[in-house]
Amino acid sequence: METKYISQSGIEQWFDAIVTSGKRVFAPVNSRGQVDFKPVKKLSEVADEYIQTTQSIKASVYPKAEVLFSYEKVNGKVNLTDFDPESVPETVLWKVHPCDAAGFKPLSAIFNWDTTDKLHNAHLAKTSVISFSCSAADESCFCTSVNGSPGNTAGSDIQLTMLPDGGAIVEILSPKGEALVALSPSVFVADKGEKKEKYLVDLPVRFNLEEVNAKLNKAFNSTVWKEQSERCLGCGACAFVCPTCACFDIQEDAHGSKGRRIRCWDACGFALFTLHTSGHNPREHQSQRWRQRILHKFFYMPERLSVVGCTGCGRCSRACPVDMNILEHITSIAKQ
Amino acid sequence: MKKLRERAAELLSQGVVSLVLGYEEGTKRPRPLFCRNSVNAEKLIFDSRCIHNLAVYITKKELVGKERFAVTAPISTLRSIMQLFVENQLNEEKLLVLTVDLNGELREFTTFDEIAAYVAQFELKRGEREQELLSKIEGMTREERWKFWMEEMSHCFKCYACRSACPLCYCSKCVVEVNRPQWINPWPAPLANMEWHINRAMHMVGRCTACGACGDACPIGIPIDLITRKMMEDMAPEFGYIPGQPAKQGNALSTWKLDDREQFIR
Repeated sequence: METKYISQSGIEQWFDAIVTSGKRVFAPVNSRGQVDFKPVKKLSEVADEYIQTTQSIKASVYPKAEVLFSYEKVNGKVNLTDFDPESVPETVLWKVHPCDAAGFKPLSAIFNWDTTDKLHNAHLAKTSVISFSCSAADESCFCTSVNGSPGNTAGSDIQLTMLPDGGAIVEILSPKGEALVALSPSVFVADKGEKKEKYLVDLPVRFNLEEVNAKLNKAFNSTVWKEQSERCLGCGACAFVCPTCACFDIQEDAHGSKGRRIRCWDACGFALFTLHTSGHNPREHQSQRWRQRILHKFFYMPERLSVVGCTGCGRCSRACPVDMNILEHITSIAKQ
Repeated sequence: MKKLRERAAELLSQGVVSLVLGYEEGTKRPRPLFCRNSVNAEKLIFDSRCIHNLAVYITKKELVGKERFAVTAPISTLRSIMQLFVENQLNEEKLLVLTVDLNGELREFTTFDEIAAYVAQFELKRGEREQELLSKIEGMTREERWKFWMEEMSHCFKCYACRSACPLCYCSKCVVEVNRPQWINPWPAPLANMEWHINRAMHMVGRCTACGACGDACPIGIPIDLITRKMMEDMAPEFGYIPGQPAKQGNALSTWKLDDREQFIR
């Protein structure tokens, strides 16, 4: 790893060089009163003055709906067109928060836990992540409680820490990061010896992850799930804004002798998610579905995939129509 | 508020009701509270910030149970409760409705007629936000409107928070989940999203009471509540209904009259 300094005008030049290189660039854009990742061409399009994008960057490596394969039957013969990893464009994610970058690890752990997922891996291979450390947070943020931090570099190829002069400390973290730097090498100058930590928001740890894990180990039959989930409406807002939720459905877009098979986002909060063809539903009530959500992220994933399924981004709490505040709920479980 | 808390505590401790559905302080604004004992009644609040439509919970038997329960209801929730009565989804003997009137007095209702008489005093008006957005949309040409809504719907990721927050979306199987035949493409894509939202709107004509819960619930800020509100505003005068005042004669699009003035229906 190497640390450099880049000036404000250097950032502008570098950004232009990335766009000019032909890579697709996604960055937070403020439109319709919401800040979300969108394709951008100019640095001036990128949003400032916000705490968190409404949606995570997940869709760039796990699209909302993606064609697994398409088929056509011609004269009794089936022509199959498989997903082509080469069809995925080189992509740069600009101004990702550390909690989003940290989400790639749990997401990939799910997609590769038995067979390797060709689609997800193709997106990941073509994606470079330029994260910006966080100088501000709100009451929903809790990355420091789930092994993260406002300056966490996990999942990033480059991390910028913005400085008062408009320039930034640049941490070059991977060969992909080096390749991005090589697009405009002259703008990266010697590190000025500034301490990154000075510019990070101070976010106190709110709960002890091991303590939560130990409590959850014995909580399957607890009444806490019913108590916490009563107001839950059973929508998929929390799952869809989450950087690590990976549940999907597979749908058929069939038109006579041809069609497509599509993988699309699903959510364990939906009643339909576990409904069997027989009519039996092993997670019949919302409390069971809420339990699944929490246990999956904070117990099953650490146990089976050695990674916590939550990065503390707080999006689910912000998106929930009825204030199912995950920090509050996990903290209360830790205290039980 | 004090009177509401005292009354809720009394109702619960005397066993008149087993649950008071109300509001408590939340992270940024009040949120729904399932109050099942008199101690928790201390948490109850009721003011202009309480905008969740709690009527969404009262058709869920696994939540409200078999016993009698109470629900605190601002005007918009009262309208939904009336509509649920119209649709035969509620039992007057099981439900106690609490509200605080403009003079700060606690009011209790047990029947459709009592609620209807109270709600009749309040005209359904567009708020500032609705007025601003709707007048903008009303000023558009048909092509501009289509473009506006296609753009808005393209952001939808089908979390169905709109459906989940709506007190009138109580179907045990939603049309979007029917797959034999598959009426609506279930994946999120601009046209498939539009299919869902048109279907949702069609199922709400003559039923929606413009509580705004769907628009409020949308995590990506699509003003979907305006569609059903506008349809209600357009429909009501045509069929002799008062907007926001559900009437026992039934829903405009699911009733008929022998002496209908239109020839085609006879």
